[in-house]
Amino acid sequence: MSTNNIKTFSIFSILLIAALLFTACGPATTPTPEPPVTPTTPPDEPPDDFTGTLEVFSWWTTGGEAAGLENLFELYKNKFPQVEIINATVAGGAGFEAKPALTARMLGGDPPDSFQVHMGQELTETWVVDGFMDPVTFIFESEGWDQYYPQGVLDIISYEGEYWTVPVNIHRANVLWFNQEVFDQYGWTPPSTFDEFFALAEEMQAEGITPLALGDVGIWASTHLFEVVLAGSMSPDKYNGLWTGKTDWNGPEVKQALENMARMIEYANPDHAALSWDQANDLVIQGRAGMTIMGDWVDADNLAKGFEHSGWAHPPGTDGIFVALSDTFGLPLNAPHRDNAIEWLKIVGSKEGQEAFNPVKGSICARSDCNPNLFGSYLQGAMQDWESHTIVPSLAHGAAAPESWVALINDVMTSFVTNLNVASAQAGLAQSCIDAGICQ
Amino acid sequence: MLRKINRDRFYSILLISPSIILIALFVYGFIAWSIWVSFSNWEGLRPDLTFRGVQNFVRLFSNPRFHIDIRNTIVFTVFFLTACIGLGLTLAVVIDQRIRGENFFRSLFLFPMAVSFIVTGVVWRWMLAPGDPATGRLTGVNILLDKINLPPLKWYTDPTVIHISANSQLGQLLDSVGLGFIANPLYGIPVAMISIVIAATWQMSGFVMAMYLAGLRGIPEELREAARVDGANEGQVYRHIVLPMLRPVTLSAVIILGHISLKIFDLVAAMSKRGPGFATDVPAYFMFETTFHANNFAQGAAISIFMLVTVSLLIIPYLIYSSRTDSEI
Repeated sequence: MSTNNIKTFSIFSILLIAALLFTACGPATTPTPEPPVTPTTPPDEPPDDFTGTLEVFSWWTTGGEAAGLENLFELYKNKFPQVEIINATVAGGAGFEAKPALTARMLGGDPPDSFQVHMGQELTETWVVDGFMDPVTFIFESEGWDQYYPQGVLDIISYEGEYWTVPVNIHRANVLWFNQEVFDQYGWTPPSTFDEFFALAEEMQAEGITPLALGDVGIWASTHLFEVVLAGSMSPDKYNGLWTGKTDWNGPEVKQALENMARMIEYANPDHAALSWDQANDLVIQGRAGMTIMGDWVDADNLAKGFEHSGWAHPPGTDGIFVALSDTFGLPLNAPHRDNAIEWLKIVGSKEGQEAFNPVKGSICARSDCNPNLFGSYLQGAMQDWESHTIVPSLAHGAAAPESWVALINDVMTSFVTNLNVASAQAGLAQSCIDAGICQ
Repeated sequence: MLRKINRDRFYSILLISPSIILIALFVYGFIAWSIWVSFSNWEGLRPDLTFRGVQNFVRLFSNPRFHIDIRNTIVFTVFFLTACIGLGLTLAVVIDQRIRGENFFRSLFLFPMAVSFIVTGVVWRWMLAPGDPATGRLTGVNILLDKINLPPLKWYTDPTVIHISANSQLGQLLDSVGLGFIANPLYGIPVAMISIVIAATWQMSGFVMAMYLAGLRGIPEELREAARVDGANEGQVYRHIVLPMLRPVTLSAVIILGHISLKIFDLVAAMSKRGPGFATDVPAYFMFETTFHANNFAQGAAISIFMLVTVSLLIIPYLIYSSRTDSEI
């Protein structure tokens, strides 16, 4: 090497090493130690009994969901100040990034003490049937929760006579969100049938407003729209039958749903593949789009963004139907700090815990005894609907179908929202039911 | 004398045996394991290694997503290899002109190779971000396009697939000769893939440049001189002397880049994942989702075995070829 050469080489090496150092320092400095919390109430039990750590795995990293989780942690810290809480989160909507990380840990024999999982098939098919979980029936018994949880919820978390997880909240998937100011300005009313929806969409287009805002950068938002359209295009019984093979995927109801959805996508923003659901909601907030169909976490997004003129309605055909999903926390088999985890689950399932969590997260309690006055006006309405509407499980959020099937339906939707080919989508859906082992 | 050779051989075997054992176990052992899994019933988290047969492969080859993946791999490979080799050769020829600051430029172009594909992917995802349509705010390269009065592009979020339309004259002509199936997006070029090609080319063209530069320096100056004496101009020198002598370098570059493009995962995962309508989906990403999102391990193993076979089709003839040329020497 010539001296010139060596000089260039060393300069680049130093730059590279410096770059490496900076990146290496980044994550290491992020977890700043939490200041010690002084308990506001005297602990119920001698704190010496509970020491060590509690690792809780979730995908709650932003806005209201992270704040709600933090509220639960506060309750825990007040009760057990000796226990150090490890907040193991993996960012990403609907747990899309978190689930593979959790799978790797569970298969590798390194389970967290408790992890977030959707109620329904995502819990049962993935974790319970294959024997990765401990039942939590004994907690329900010792805390006397049976009477506070609705029977429908207890049925979904049961498998072979045991309860397997503690639900913390209920979200509604079928909500049509709009900008009340824009609707007032043009004298529009939210549509309750598909015909009304398409008529209104025509009017919006004439005013230069994108009728439907969609953000399906992680494809689940399309699957979410599809489940809402499915629920709106058939009776709840037929909808439930889809997940057991009773309703024919090749039948006229599914065809009708796909045709409805194809027509809706034609009214959606053409760049939907580039947006996330909350960016789609931004279009509604700014009055550039008329409506968006998304779960009720939009309410928390609106609150966080200071948007006060939000209007909501039941999407076409789903009045009287509550498409539900629920976040729950379970107890993995061989949880390293089992006692700490059991106390965590007791807080998650308590009235106190759910009242601390849900108003911030923007969801309603899984228990039926929460105080409605703690909640905003949207959520109070949702609490009433939860009591009176027909409850059906959400597809996109793990309640209705096993994850392997949801993945196949996501694949069908990825193609469908770009080519809008009803026949090939219906064939793909029917095939996915067979591949999932549900249909013959 | 004989004892000494034996002892040498003994030590040499002793020295390489750890790596032989580790490679046998962790590479070939797990390849064998994956082949077995790909013929098994393993769906769900608990391993189920009972034999199912070729059904996983039958299902894979009938999956429309997999057809799109093969299209994407072919498109990516063709564009990526053409761009890398074209750019790499151009840079090498330019730098070979004994320009000032040669060392600097050589390091500059070679340096992106030191970055991992994940980092490249994240950086290019930002650079080629389509901007926020809600606010109309532009980002990255689109700002540059805007400055020169060009419309912003959608880059890797563009769902367009350029293909022959069945209604066009060409489509009808193809149909009349029984090739109507080509007039289909499955035989088209996904626009979003170009963004991935740009990022991959940025990273790998410097490496190709270094290979060509070494090749150029290996061509004796006498040969060029002789050609010039015979009246060849510079273009003819390159056309008839330099480029033919660089053919082995091109072959190596094709093999190295080709196996990267067949296996590409990290760049796509960091930049665009499956993309709109699977526009940037590749077999490796499909494998990842099948295995770790859908928990379908048997199907995931079938995809990896398919990838292994395609890469082998490229690598094994090359290994045979290079071991032959080695033994000739």
